Amino acid sequence: MRIALFATCIVDAMYPETAKSTVKLLERLGHEVIFPKAQACCGQMHMNSGYMPEALPVVENHINAFDTDDYDVAVAPSGSCVASVKHQHPYLADRLGKPELKERAKAVGARTYELTQLLVDVLGITNAAEQLGSYFPETITYHPSCHGMRSLGLGDRQLDLLKTVGGITVNELPEADQCCGFGGTFSIKNADVSSAMLDDKVKNICSTGASACSGGDASCLMHIGGGLSRTGAKPKTLHLADILASTMEETVSL
Amino acid sequence: MTQVFLGMPAGGQGNLFESEPFPKAAHRELGNTQMRKNLRHATHTIRDKRLKVVGELPDWEALRDAGSVIKNNSMATLEERLLEFEKNFTARGGIVHWARDADEANQIVTDLVKATGSTEVVKVKSMATQEIGLNEHLETEGISAFETDLAELIVQLGHDKPSHILVPAIHKNRTEVRDIFLKEMPVVDPNLTDEPAKLAEAARAHLRKKFLAAKVAISGANFALADTGTLGVVESEGNGRMCLTLPETLITVMGIEKVLPQWEDIEVFMQLLPRSSTGERMNPYTSLWTGVTEDDGPQNVHIVLLDNGRTRALADRFGRTALNCIRCSACMNVCPVYERTGGHAYGSTYPGPIGAILSPLLTGIEVEENGSLPYASSLCGACYEACPVKINIPEILVHLRGEDVDAKREKHKLPTQMDLLMKGGSWALGKGKNIGLLEKALPLGRLAAGKDRKIKKLPGIAAGWTQSRDIPAPPSKSFRDWWSDEKESK
Ligand code: SF4
Repeated sequence: MRIALFATCIVDAMYPETAKSTVKLLERLGHEVIFPKAQACCGQMHMNSGYMPEALPVVENHINAFDTDDYDVAVAPSGSCVASVKHQHPYLADRLGKPELKERAKAVGARTYELTQLLVDVLGITNAAEQLGSYFPETITYHPSCHGMRSLGLGDRQLDLLKTVGGITVNELPEADQCCGFGGTFSIKNADVSSAMLDDKVKNICSTGASACSGGDASCLMHIGGGLSRTGAKPKTLHLADILASTMEETVSL
Repeated sequence: MTQVFLGMPAGGQGNLFESEPFPKAAHRELGNTQMRKNLRHATHTIRDKRLKVVGELPDWEALRDAGSVIKNNSMATLEERLLEFEKNFTARGGIVHWARDADEANQIVTDLVKATGSTEVVKVKSMATQEIGLNEHLETEGISAFETDLAELIVQLGHDKPSHILVPAIHKNRTEVRDIFLKEMPVVDPNLTDEPAKLAEAARAHLRKKFLAAKVAISGANFALADTGTLGVVESEGNGRMCLTLPETLITVMGIEKVLPQWEDIEVFMQLLPRSSTGERMNPYTSLWTGVTEDDGPQNVHIVLLDNGRTRALADRFGRTALNCIRCSACMNVCPVYERTGGHAYGSTYPGPIGAILSPLLTGIEVEENGSLPYASSLCGACYEACPVKINIPEILVHLRGEDVDAKREKHKLPTQMDLLMKGGSWALGKGKNIGLLEKALPLGRLAAGKDRKIKKLPGIAAGWTQSRDIPAPPSKSFRDWWSDEKESK
């Protein structure tokens, strides 16, 4: 397959390794990966902050970049950005009275997948060690990000896949399904509540004894990692794409 | 026929407003550790109960779909349904009153009570009468209203405000309840303990006298059935049943959105509601009444159909499904924000996720006081997942944020920091070229992070981030540039 990578703005600018890991995984499976250079961002930050007219150029740019015949499916290492592409883009077009854009948004959304959705549902990966050569000899825990879990209905796909990585130990995170408190600009507009939620997440992560907390969304991991770092806690954060891409030969270090 | 557009329907009044911006109220409430402990315990207990009983029904998702569809249909034909209900309720001896807003509803109820010559009324737990501030209004007219629902009684005796739509005193624990009873009940055992059975006993003794003496009762309604003209109240304690059957006069105040097309519809809602609200398979008391029955129960039966902003909410095509709410409270029980701030932080009678959308939809978002409510959510979606009628609360929250920003844009000339950030972001993220250009500055961020590779303090609104979180040093090269260098040049 020819797969278009939607890196997402935060991964592109802050966590390039995660995008490289995504490329590695897909190439390892024999697929061709392209990176449409016109892409920038899904516009979620603007929409979730209520800035709809300002979101329009961002959303239009994404749709223009991905509404092409140049690839089979698009993939992003983020549940949240994929949920935005699938659900928020049609809403924005509708709200601003652009029926044609809405149809294009729906078409792009229908071919856009979150990474584990693509790996499990489309590419049939059920065992990361065997099928992807994944190897990561660490004890981790895993936080399921809300948009992947609820808006995309990922269920246990991410966790199940992580459990099949060679050498790994996955300790269950207490109250895993509770939001970490990120919520985009919620984290600054309602910083106190966001921090109170983060506090509990950090405590729960530390209680697992894991040396890293993994997840499928770089933004939530940046928030959680920032909290862990601030409290001087030992665990690091690592995107699941990086763990899946880690191999016996090239083992990712924490 | 010519259509006359009369403009946007009027906004709701009464207890629908924030008293202060949510972040400020939340800051204060977060410091109340006893309240947070009580609330965490209560919400977690009810969450588990709900999940257990919901899991027992193999057709739960189908029931949710049915609930959502019935409500959508009902709302799409609201005018016909209401007129049909009026016809049938009147035919069975009931009297229908229409109230445009809180003031009108309060006046109607006051006049009805005064006409009976009574100066005391007993009350069945009702959100609509909380919304319009009926008790306070009656008091100014010399009429005392006695709440009979146990939790509502605790709130009333404690001169407090409800903080939850189902368990108004959820923020109080047993010991606090005992203290309120000891202080406020005219006749009470001075050795009262905080055992639930003893507390219930004290409340029963206190209320029994009121039930037997009351000539007028005021209730809300969980639903009205258009095809039969029936009203229904769903409750746990039986105190509601006493109010609905013993007095001579029964006055019900109900939001117009509570009407359901037909009798059969309660089959769906009687499965959805108890399981979602108290986590029970079935609630102990369900009372249904259809007008007046000679020599049995109240002989003067009234209903006040309340708009108070509902028509306005119905006019919002992206927000109107908020009117489908059956007030089960599941959304607030699962909400991580509500769990930490409690209900008082939301100001309005309706707290939690549903309150954050319903209050501004009823009043209109341009009413400045409610502008911060739609932001009181991390958009985690736990509410939508739990809602028995599938109200997509996160989507409506985002929609209302858009309405809020649009309304503010019209009013304010000076842009805020957030406005500038969003405008800049719109340019930067609106083209691959632009973000690529900015990413060239990533090494500067590395410089700012210094030796320990952490950014610990940011200025302006971004200081909210660094109050509890570090930012890692950015990479030296963006993925975009890596791709150009490694993949394209080869
Ligand atoms: S919005 Fe849904 S979950 Fe919340 S109270 Fe209403 S019906 Fe219940």
